Amino acid sequence: MNYIYDLHRAMMAQNLIIVYQGEFTQETTKSILAMAERNLDSSGEESNIKRKVFNIMVEALQNIVKHSSEANAQAGNLVSQSAIFMIGKQPNQYSIMTGNPIKKSATASLKKNLDDLNQLDKEGLKEMYKEIIKNTQISEKGGAGLGFVDMARKSGEKLEFDFPEMDSEYNFFCLKVNVSREV
Amino acid sequence: MEILNLEGTEDTPKIILDKKNGIFEISGRSLPEDSAEFYRPVIDWIKQYGASPNPTTEFVLKLEYFNTASSKLILDVLSALEDIKGMKILWYFHEDDEDMEEAGQEFSELVEIPFEFKTY
Repeated sequence: MNYIYDLHRAMMAQNLIIVYQGEFTQETTKSILAMAERNLDSSGEESNIKRKVFNIMVEALQNIVKHSSEANAQAGNLVSQSAIFMIGKQPNQYSIMTGNPIKKSATASLKKNLDDLNQLDKEGLKEMYKEIIKNTQISEKGGAGLGFVDMARKSGEKLEFDFPEMDSEYNFFCLKVNVSREV
Repeated sequence: MEILNLEGTEDTPKIILDKKNGIFEISGRSLPEDSAEFYRPVIDWIKQYGASPNPTTEFVLKLEYFNTASSKLILDVLSALEDIKGMKILWYFHEDDEDMEEAGQEFSELVEIPFEFKTY
């Protein structure tokens, strides 16, 4: 039974206010958003910081929903249900964190996308956003290809990411997006 | 012309498109799972309205939050409004919501429609 206490201590040590692991759908997205909103409201957080956190949460959660439905079709429930979503709250910032399996074959192009985004400043991100929104069509998965750009813009900081290996076929895509609480 | 009236929900905006009473408004939150499907009737309505519009139209966009998939569709809505004579967009944003103000400015740079910015 020790793992209950261990997990609790790990969450406390990392200042995690929400951790969700399981199935990701639009319905769970709405529930997690409602829970996080109540948390932010009851702690009296500044409304512009609250909005940024909410914004990044939506993009992060809907990313997982889109990718898990894709993974589901390919590899069954094991992959689609092994995603995780977390929010950490430090005195100086919120961190919105996700983890989900990604095919090794898709890793290099995602990594390049994120590296490229991290090279851009505020103006560069804005230009990229406008370029994509003008020229893109909504994909079958319902994405506009704007999620990471938008997260980077709302955060104002570099996206942090890593791809630890899961097995011969999958890496685990870890993403951390910070929102400063210092106005 | 028929009125398009959709109640807002926790993930879709409230929409009223009423030619007779001159009310054209999208407000609230927009983060539907399938934004293309959600906005299809809105764009269809606007195309139909464009065939015989009122002399002037003030189209209100008063969004509290929208996701990126919706932002693409909002641009599609604006593009459909672009060719209608006498069109004006009233873009509302909460007074301390710089991101929403900036989003409105970006949309205004992407289409040829006059935008008026208002706070609430």
